[in-house]
Amino acid sequence: MSEARGRLRNGDTRAAFLFLSPWLVGFLLWTAYPVVYTAYLSLTDYDVINDPTFVGTENYREMLTDDKVTLALGNTAIYAVLSVPFQLGVSLALALLLQRAGRARGLFRTAFFLPKMTPPVAIGVLVLLLLNGQSGLLNESLSWVGIDGPNWTTDPPWVKPGLALMSLWTIGAEIIILLAALENVPRELWEAARVDGASWWGRFRHVTLPMISGPLYFLALVDTIAAFQSFTEAYTAYFGAGNSTYGNDAALFYVIYVFQQAFEFLHMGYAAALAMLLFLVVLVVTAGQSALTRRYVFYYGDQR
Amino acid sequence: MRGSVLTAGLLLLGLTAACAQGTGDEETPDASFDSEAQLTGTLDAMGFGETDEVATARLEEAKKALGDVEVKLIEGELDVQQFLSSVAAGDPPAILYAERDQVGTFASRGAIVPLDECIDGEGIDTDVFDDAALEQVTFEDEVYGIPEFSVVQLTMANRDLLDQAGLAIEDVNGSSWESITEANEELARQDGKKVSVIGYDSKLPEFLPLWAKANGADLISEDGRTAQLDDPAVVEALEWAVDIYDAQGGFGSVKAFRDQADFFGDGNQFATGTLGAMPMEQWYVNVLNEVSPDAPLAFDTVRDRSGETIAWTSGSAWAIPKGSPNPEAACRFAKVMTQTSSWEAAADARLAERKGGESIFTGILTGNDEADEAVRAKVEPSGDEVWDSAVEAMYEASENTFALPANPAGAEFEAAWQDAVNRVLNGQEEPEQALQKAQEEAQKVLDEAWARWDE
Repeated sequence: MSEARGRLRNGDTRAAFLFLSPWLVGFLLWTAYPVVYTAYLSLTDYDVINDPTFVGTENYREMLTDDKVTLALGNTAIYAVLSVPFQLGVSLALALLLQRAGRARGLFRTAFFLPKMTPPVAIGVLVLLLLNGQSGLLNESLSWVGIDGPNWTTDPPWVKPGLALMSLWTIGAEIIILLAALENVPRELWEAARVDGASWWGRFRHVTLPMISGPLYFLALVDTIAAFQSFTEAYTAYFGAGNSTYGNDAALFYVIYVFQQAFEFLHMGYAAALAMLLFLVVLVVTAGQSALTRRYVFYYGDQR
Repeated sequence: MRGSVLTAGLLLLGLTAACAQGTGDEETPDASFDSEAQLTGTLDAMGFGETDEVATARLEEAKKALGDVEVKLIEGELDVQQFLSSVAAGDPPAILYAERDQVGTFASRGAIVPLDECIDGEGIDTDVFDDAALEQVTFEDEVYGIPEFSVVQLTMANRDLLDQAGLAIEDVNGSSWESITEANEELARQDGKKVSVIGYDSKLPEFLPLWAKANGADLISEDGRTAQLDDPAVVEALEWAVDIYDAQGGFGSVKAFRDQADFFGDGNQFATGTLGAMPMEQWYVNVLNEVSPDAPLAFDTVRDRSGETIAWTSGSAWAIPKGSPNPEAACRFAKVMTQTSSWEAAADARLAERKGGESIFTGILTGNDEADEAVRAKVEPSGDEVWDSAVEAMYEASENTFALPANPAGAEFEAAWQDAVNRVLNGQEEPEQALQKAQEEAQKVLDEAWARWDE
């Protein structure tokens, strides 16, 4: 009997692996292998043309003395701190509005999602147009209320806030996810709170927020990782097609620096070491977020 | 997209590394170059596009000379990563079309081969090439590229604005920096805090080498080994060029204003009277002639502080990759594409195209002095003094060029000085401090790159 069960289990395991195999092959080939190989390359001097030469920890030691690593990490962290709460806050506010939009909800939902379809390179160019210090839409709008806006695209202190502002262009997906989460909040909880005399803010704070904390946590996590990997928009606006020679240190995000070292200067070994550091940083930040938010996130299925 | 960039980068890194191993030491097959030899096979050309009649006419000449060889173009701007990966994988294109300032980097890494045998075998006359162009593709006394095209700078100005301010083109051609500073103040206009007319645009960061040369300094030594970014003459040039922006409300305001201009359209800065003067590459003459032929323009060369014409030249070059599958055909292709008769055919094609439209033929700067002369002979005076003066200035500039010499750290060296200028423009550092830092960075990358080469 137990032998038959064992055979059955083996058969099940084989079937399971068979079904999983497309993903497993993809994972091993497209994720695990490049990561492991990058770790190896980070210990070499490699310029694409000639074979990698093992240099031990030299690349990592060089990173310690490279001012641009600190600058790029700092820029990226500041951008993440600015953009993630901003994106979540605005997404949630718009999702709340959409929830009350009645029959027009479908139309607005599509309208909010449409900008998400814009190619990131086009968003990079839009940064230069909308945030133009002389005639950009943002400064024009600010001037209507008597505010003399800064040169968002050249004043170093305003470059990252400008990019964080532009990150709102693609919050369509966040809005849709949060709208779905809001729709899932049981009506009876709201009704009970209302009967108990809770204000709108009280109901939002004590009913809605806990009930959508799962999706919020998920979005905070993926948005943070995306912020640390942010590249295309800032590269286009400050280092690529938008400005082939003009650049601004304030927009030097970490992945841009990795790209420059790898593909412009052909320091592939050093770039691999930089990429490994980013991998670790994202891992630590994500673990930190996970630990910090565990006590604030509510799961329906949680039996504790 | 953001995530996929990193993943794709890592993946590419891994895959190219894997491919590189075992193939990195592959030798270039022995090639025998002979101008009389019958050639066969295929010729893949990477980085070159048949974008206009000048390309098409020369390509036709090359195809004729190659006989049975099938020419295939891998069009689009050169993707350095794609090229290097193909060399590492042992599957490079037969010939490469690159910017001349990339040649030193490719040569130092062994991605392209010296062309001495090709030049001898095919009988390419290197004496006809512009000295500065040839210097850019010569690395450690060996020629690695066959140059073509030259870009030079001219002074371009709005004649009406100059007249209104009582100025002449000579006041803004660079022969006197003090005059430009004064002219800038006369020409610039502001509407409240906003720029409404740029007086003079010193075109930073890209033209620092031009201003440094105008002040008697080179950014890098002749042998390409020593950075000279902290030379007092370079510092002075940067200070002056930045002051031009500061006098107009700062670089940020000027850049924001110039970013909104319709640079390639009939609403360009000269046509709309929103720019007094600037140094600019000669190809912009064609743009202006096409989109705003009636704009009130004035042209001259850019001059150094003693009044002599100078131009910082750059351009393209043909190179043969290591492991090229058809080096003999590549060599002949490079020869024919850059020889005088092909340029003449190209000039005839452009002339015919221009006669069909309303634009004038302003000549072509080929990187080949003999061809320049032959093409110039085909340029007929347009009867319009302004455009004829532009052509005149262009040819004068082409005879007074300088180039940054080839070195194995071209991209890093350029990044060092451009970053320094940008830090100054962004108000983060003073010119002297920025260039001092850039000097250290640039010398470090040059030392490292040369050390690898000298090993």
